Amino acid sequence: MSAPAEPFRTGRALPRFEDVASSALANEQLRRNLGRATSTIRGKCASVVGEMEDWDALREAGSRIKEHTMATLAQQLERLEASVTAAGGQVHWARDAADACQIVTSLAQRHAATEVIKVKSITTDEIRLNSALSAAGITAIETDLAELIIQLADEPSSHILVPAIHKNRTEIRDLFRRTIGDSTLSDEPSALAEAARSHLRQKFLTVPFAVSGANFAVADTGAICVVESEGNGRMCLTLPDVLVTVMGIEKVVPHWSNLGVYFQLLPRSSTGERMNPYTSVWTGVHPGDGPQEFHLVLLDNGRTKVLGDHVGRQTLHCIRCSACLNVCPVYSRTGGHAYGSVYPGPIGAILTPQLLGVEEADSLPYASTLCGACYDVCPVKINIPEVLLHLRGQIVERQRRGMGTHPYGATERAAMRLTAWILQSRWRYELAQRVARIAQWPFVRQGVLARLPGYGARWTRARDLQAVPPRAFRDWWRAR
Amino acid sequence: MRLSLFVTCINDTMFPRTGQAVVTLLERLGHEVHFPQEQTCCGQAHINTGYRRDALPLLRNFLRVFGGTDRIVVPSASCAGTVRDLYVQMADEIGDAALQRDVAAVAARTFELSELLVHQLGLEDVGAFFPHRVTYHPTCHSLRVLHLGEAPLRLLRAVRGLSLVPLPDAAECCGFGGTFSVKNEATSLAMLADKTAALRTIDADYCVAADNSCLMHIGGATHRAGAPIQMRHLAEILASTEQAGFA
Repeated sequence: MSAPAEPFRTGRALPRFEDVASSALANEQLRRNLGRATSTIRGKCASVVGEMEDWDALREAGSRIKEHTMATLAQQLERLEASVTAAGGQVHWARDAADACQIVTSLAQRHAATEVIKVKSITTDEIRLNSALSAAGITAIETDLAELIIQLADEPSSHILVPAIHKNRTEIRDLFRRTIGDSTLSDEPSALAEAARSHLRQKFLTVPFAVSGANFAVADTGAICVVESEGNGRMCLTLPDVLVTVMGIEKVVPHWSNLGVYFQLLPRSSTGERMNPYTSVWTGVHPGDGPQEFHLVLLDNGRTKVLGDHVGRQTLHCIRCSACLNVCPVYSRTGGHAYGSVYPGPIGAILTPQLLGVEEADSLPYASTLCGACYDVCPVKINIPEVLLHLRGQIVERQRRGMGTHPYGATERAAMRLTAWILQSRWRYELAQRVARIAQWPFVRQGVLARLPGYGARWTRARDLQAVPPRAFRDWWRAR
Repeated sequence: MRLSLFVTCINDTMFPRTGQAVVTLLERLGHEVHFPQEQTCCGQAHINTGYRRDALPLLRNFLRVFGGTDRIVVPSASCAGTVRDLYVQMADEIGDAALQRDVAAVAARTFELSELLVHQLGLEDVGAFFPHRVTYHPTCHSLRVLHLGEAPLRLLRAVRGLSLVPLPDAAECCGFGGTFSVKNEATSLAMLADKTAALRTIDADYCVAADNSCLMHIGGATHRAGAPIQMRHLAEILASTEQAGFA
């Protein structure tokens, strides 16, 4: 068998955000589904976050713990390896996606598995584990309801937490009728859940090999933690004989007590619940209880490169709550597919270019108005607008050094340099004001510019632009 | 109090009435307003598109022009935010201790207009009169960079004759975002359409904000649609009195 050469990397740059976004925006049904779903979750989260008097202190604590962890990551990971091994687990180190897929696939083959059951895991989506397993003749069965839906539909996820957020229940009913249900299935949520439950229950009871991700791993005890809402994860983590957990290296926390902070921050920020419904924590193996073989795969896949960037590093603090997606005015209109990766929304706009290299995803740092709603809501205080600007700066620097092209061409650079030069001098600036008043003249109709040529048309296709008035403020000031 | 006005390049060039309103208002309140004529632009557009290296001379120019001890008043939340937030980031990134000190000093003296009035001068009623139905759009940088909170609303509520109409989903971005509006034209227009739809559901004569850039964006759509609602900077409402209408 062979895993795809470089999973997650497509071998070419991601499609431009605005190109995919335009077609998503044209889909009225998609926009309605997304608008309704994001505003519902947003409202729920805001209400339960509002109940917490010490929310800002909790966010600060969540941020500090992650900062400390990142500053001592190597030691934390070595402590984690020692604790997991001492508790009877086996630790594997994966440099990249191919490494990780190879490790999981060999383990499955060693146990002659033809099927594996999976707990929802974005990390395994990142490394494209399912297609690597499939290439080896092994079927991965997603057991989270929304993951199951998109697996049956053969579509990528469009949300970190709610992968099928772009679908409404009628679309899901039709999909289930074609795949796992019968033709009488209704679109009642309980009926849809029941159809999935009957399909999955038999898999839980018969498939002895499970793959999960991890929300947290505790360095000093070796405890691994998965949080979920449906109980499918609990089934996968307890029933099979063999459990393999694939975890990004940034998910480690130093101490057991650190979890108390995140167990408050995460559910309120993600599903809008006060407490997470199913929180599974396990430490190594215990004879006669749960999986008798446990493997932990620690995945780098670009993370140490992110760690090396003093501004970008905070991206690794992310606990995958998806609050930033739900509040983002861009995401809530375009949906997740425009972001071209398993990490959509504001966090994806900063994580994907850093994991892949900015040259591979250079339209993503511009897919934001810098409105700041993501930073406001982030439970670990990732300053997403700051990182977006940092990445925009990297793209410009690469272009300046002749190491790459700018996604919006050479014109912007010329315009920025010229205007910066003009604005350095009061006299050039005042001259430019006069020039603008004259140069606009052919386009002015009744005080507005309604049709600009070239790039300006992108503004005036749907918006008027007020004309430059005959006197600047400074002219008035001097004359008074 | 002696105040230095940083009018911002967009107000200076495109919205001179806003600068005039600030001067009229502050002088009416008994303050002495200075306008250093060497000022140009804070460089926000350059910084926000990734051209920090090109924006650095503009930062230095700002420090030179506003190097005294006056409090600096800015009729724009996003330009005030540039000085307070982005300049600090730039100085930290460069790591020049003298620059960090100078930026910190100027940032501590820089205030958006409503912030100056409410938080620095302790005012709510500035003696304004504006007998119209007004809605307030809190711009992203007023809300989430400067955290102006209720300050602009407190000023508006104290304006005689003014009836304040709540705007549904007010805190949502209008979709401007500088070059975002043209780079991501379709997404920007989707956001703008929702903002103008919210404005259509209410009965207001004026839409007011602390940033003319956002108002220029929203107004671009309402003007195209022939909608009667007018865009006005907060300063122009506050400068209006029974004797002299400003807006």
